[in-house]
Amino acid sequence: MRRRDALLLATLAAMRPARGIATPVAAAPFAMVEVAPGIHVRQGVHEEATVENQDGIANIGFVIGSASVAVLDPGGSRADGERLRASIRERTDLPIRYVVLTHMHPDHVFGAVAFAADKPAFVGHARMAGMLVQRGEFYRNSLADVLGIEEAGDYAKPDLLVEGTMTLDLGARSLRVQAHPTAHTDNDLSILDEATGTLWLGDLLFVDRVPALDGSILGWLAQTKALRSSPATRAVPGHGPVAVPWPAAALPQERYLGGLVRDIRAIISHGGDIEQAVATVGLAERDHWMLFDDYNGRNVTSAFKELEWE
Amino acid sequence: MGVGRREAGRDNGVEHMRAIVAALGLTLCLVVPAWAEEDAEVRATRWVDLKHAVFGDREVTDGSGVIALDAPVRALDAALVPVTISLSAGGGAGPGRVKAVWLVVDGNPSPLAGTFKFGPAADPRSLKTRIRVDQYTSVHAVAETEDGHLYASERYVKAAGGCSAPSTKDPQVAMSRLGQMRLRLDGEAPLHDGEAATAHLLISHPNNNGMQVDQVSHLFVPPRYIQDVTVRYGDALVLSVDADISLSEDPVITFGFVPQGPGPMRVDVLDSTQARFHQDFSLASERS
Repeated sequence: MRRRDALLLATLAAMRPARGIATPVAAAPFAMVEVAPGIHVRQGVHEEATVENQDGIANIGFVIGSASVAVLDPGGSRADGERLRASIRERTDLPIRYVVLTHMHPDHVFGAVAFAADKPAFVGHARMAGMLVQRGEFYRNSLADVLGIEEAGDYAKPDLLVEGTMTLDLGARSLRVQAHPTAHTDNDLSILDEATGTLWLGDLLFVDRVPALDGSILGWLAQTKALRSSPATRAVPGHGPVAVPWPAAALPQERYLGGLVRDIRAIISHGGDIEQAVATVGLAERDHWMLFDDYNGRNVTSAFKELEWE
Repeated sequence: MGVGRREAGRDNGVEHMRAIVAALGLTLCLVVPAWAEEDAEVRATRWVDLKHAVFGDREVTDGSGVIALDAPVRALDAALVPVTISLSAGGGAGPGRVKAVWLVVDGNPSPLAGTFKFGPAADPRSLKTRIRVDQYTSVHAVAETEDGHLYASERYVKAAGGCSAPSTKDPQVAMSRLGQMRLRLDGEAPLHDGEAATAHLLISHPNNNGMQVDQVSHLFVPPRYIQDVTVRYGDALVLSVDADISLSEDPVITFGFVPQGPGPMRVDVLDSTQARFHQDFSLASERS
């Protein structure tokens, strides 16, 4: 992008309020799964964004308290967000007080437009807004290429920023939101519902679908290890089943990421280069993951760049 | 260390050419959305214009058999696209020896990514680096032989957004190791006097091109990128590079060299803020 264009777009992005008014008149609710009392999850499909799936590819959902509702990721597009909102209204008329954005990726947050009229607090990692300034326009254009500009939706600028931890009170239950150091991205949040022992991990945890590295591979492994000591017994991954046993479900991801680190370090120490790594590393994992060929090479590239400077 | 611009093979002509190429690229780029795929005719016209801007009226012939450019057709990361330039006739002495290579990313805001000049201690048979790619584009590598002929090789790369991609996941870490270098030898065979070897040079530098946004201030980070890299083995020049904003963050250059004597390998870097970085690598002891 040319600098002048970029400047203009950044200015527009900064000036523009979250676009669109949510009018989910005809939006059909999802079949939600209640993984623990009051915690409802919609499972995403293991695909890339298409017109058919409306970028509903991530696990998204909500938590209902006695006084209000918190959305945990508003979905991957306007339609995805509108259907999630309809799913909430099917169950409760309580106000939607929080929309938590687990990280910046479009498949998790572009449904935010559907909640603008509820005037919730958009909860995000302290570093998320900066990343959206850099990447938001690119994400919007990329998704608009697939869905069209109106259907793509838009992110909302987080206005309740998390550094360290923060507690969200929904009435008779509270969610503990934790901001993590760079892992899957540089702006990952996890959300713990202490009452039910449920840990909402966003893309800090991938199950079945191959993990996508956009932060730090060593950081991701370290955060996964730290999260193992969470009191939770159940986790909701960003991609995969609606709920998995915790921490046992961390194993395949740790094996995959750990294998990349081990094999890339070996290539570096034997005088190899990034092309060699891309051609060979991780391939033993190929049969264990969906969309493996779409992401493994990219993961290896990113990890190599990090590890060559260890 | 005092590596002057003249020593590194730069003169005003090069500066001037760089400005022209940058201006031309900017003009051409503005009419095309970054994510659009152009047709072959537009790309061909652009290359004709660029070729003229860089080489004037000199003839640039098809480089089949002399130079081959390899890059992934679909890039895994637009901000880090590895390119390999193989120069089959590059080694040895004589009129066919390659003395310089130009790398042009046609669709980038500043298309001339780098000019690589081989010195007497080079083994000019292959060259690798990593580039940013802003939009689907042709990439050209042009080799100049000692007898003054120019040979071109072309690849089409599908990647977009690499120029404005966020510079790094952790800016503090990047600045704390600014200018640090590493040199890794390719493979594990020991070095021998007079026998060609390959080295990977890593330079830690954000190589900001003025299109990244600071995450805290939300303002554009001023451009700061590597301009000159000079590599010597002992006193003999291996490689001098005139670089530009299209090299990836933390640039990596892989090149061949022919060691004579104990070295060391000396690397001098000058960036666009006139900051200088220098490092010596004692390769003989690393391998013993």
